[in-house]
Amino acid sequence: MTFLQIREVHQSYGHTKVLKGVSLDVNRHEVVCLIGASGSGKSTLLRCINALEPIDSGEILVDGDVVTGAGVDVNRLRRNVGMVFQSYNLFPHMTVLRNVTLAPVRVGGVPRDQAEEQAMALLGRVGMADKAGCYPDALSGGQQQRVAIVRALATNPQVLLLDEITAALDPELVGDVLAIVRELAVDGLTMLLATHEMGFAREVASQVCFLHQGRILERGTAEQVFGDPQEERTQQFLSRVLTAGRA
Amino acid sequence: MAGVAMLITVGAFGAAGLALASVHRLIETPSAFVTAILWVGAAAAGVPIINAVRAMLTAPRRAGFISDGDLAGARQVAANGRELAATAMGYALAVLLGSAILAFITANDGAISTTFLRWDFIRQSWEGIARAFLVNIEVAIGAQVLVLVVGLVLAVMRLLPGRAGRPLRWIATLYVDVFRAIPSIIVLYLVGFGLSLAQVPIVRDFSPLWLAIMALTLTYSAYVAEVYRAGIESLHPSQWSAARSLGLSYPMTLRTVIVPQAVRRIVPPLLNDFIGLQKDTALIGVMGVTDAFMQARLVSSSVFNLTPVIVVAVLFVIITIPQARFVDRMIEREQGRRAGRTS
Repeated sequence: MTFLQIREVHQSYGHTKVLKGVSLDVNRHEVVCLIGASGSGKSTLLRCINALEPIDSGEILVDGDVVTGAGVDVNRLRRNVGMVFQSYNLFPHMTVLRNVTLAPVRVGGVPRDQAEEQAMALLGRVGMADKAGCYPDALSGGQQQRVAIVRALATNPQVLLLDEITAALDPELVGDVLAIVRELAVDGLTMLLATHEMGFAREVASQVCFLHQGRILERGTAEQVFGDPQEERTQQFLSRVLTAGRA
Repeated sequence: MAGVAMLITVGAFGAAGLALASVHRLIETPSAFVTAILWVGAAAAGVPIINAVRAMLTAPRRAGFISDGDLAGARQVAANGRELAATAMGYALAVLLGSAILAFITANDGAISTTFLRWDFIRQSWEGIARAFLVNIEVAIGAQVLVLVVGLVLAVMRLLPGRAGRPLRWIATLYVDVFRAIPSIIVLYLVGFGLSLAQVPIVRDFSPLWLAIMALTLTYSAYVAEVYRAGIESLHPSQWSAARSLGLSYPMTLRTVIVPQAVRRIVPPLLNDFIGLQKDTALIGVMGVTDAFMQARLVSSSVFNLTPVIVVAVLFVIITIPQARFVDRMIEREQGRRAGRTS
């Protein structure tokens, strides 16, 4: 069943066209990996799905509802769509626990003690329960990113958007964060992730999309795209990544 | 370098001697205690010379090292000598400055000190001035509280998004432009006399004190609005993205994520504006409120001496310095807390 539909989305910053007609269907429990060079539109596509960027034309449907255009309650949409950023973006003036409970308490109307209980359970799952009272500055990048994932999960989103969440991490911290994403994938959470971790994409993705200059140039299962890429651009990109030792 | 240090330190010593001698001459019958203090001062002014001499003495040692072929040793001795010479010059320049100030105060047979620093006038006037200073403090605190609120409202108005926010954006921008341009003394004058003259309802019943608070609020909320705005805009847009992506509305994001962080960042510039505001309370005399400066001027003109005005100046200094230290500590604590300790 198609949960997320992206139809012919165009987007631009000023005169720079970033997305030039992107269409994508995501089923429930699917993990879609967006790969491609920097500037190919991966992040922008994710931001459009969360209505953080207005789109020029096309439409995006979440669970059968059009979420683009005028009159859409973006705050309700965002409760169903969680997002994790490359630079974590934790709120530095709040403890880890307050970061996680902010949205459930302020937006979801969950009583504070209940929200904290749920937050602690989630933090425990990612091994961060003992850091609940810490401020983000006291945590390593990997720890911050784990908290950021928990913060996005705390609102019980139907789909999670992960925007190059390991790109800013030291190599030895990447594994911890990816392990959490892998676990979420096993649990059946629908996810879209923009990533440069080809090995990881190959492992978890049910669908891989290669973006090039604002278009999805090639898509298919991980075996198809990584094992037997049809487009020349895809081949070039993958071989460059391969020689850089990232696959 | 050691030679220059020698010259400067000896010069400073001489200058200090001259300045202290003129102080000694001014005090008609110096007690043994005062004389002793002056001698100690003179001796202290000579201390940098010791370092200069030690710096000079490094030269022969360095020459010795060089003739032994120990370049590293020579380099160390030379560095040591330069350090000594620089220290000597630093202290000597301070002595020179201090001497200049002393000489200025005692110049013209102590005309400066008798015009500005007459002990008997201080004793006679300080109590009345201190009492009047409470008015300044009242006005300052009242205006500061109001400015914090009005400034934030203006800043948020200026940052309202979209077409719907445009009229309010314009009003806020106009307000800030206008009230930053008008000197606060003119605002005080216009509010103090104009509003009661025009018999504006409600406002005409305000006491002059409240009118003063209102006038300073009008001026300083324009400044503080800009400080807030700078603070809010200094936050990385990713904080907005993160908050909005969690489903927080625009006002909720402002209230829980943006403003709390902005306020922490703007404390130093905010305090600058607050100190400016405190100082401008010395202007409220123009609207007929008797503040410390007004009181001091009254006393001053009756005794034909400026000492009472110096008393006001000192009072302003006394209330300002602790605030500056307090903010320093607040910033340190904030950084310390964020840098690792858990709450």
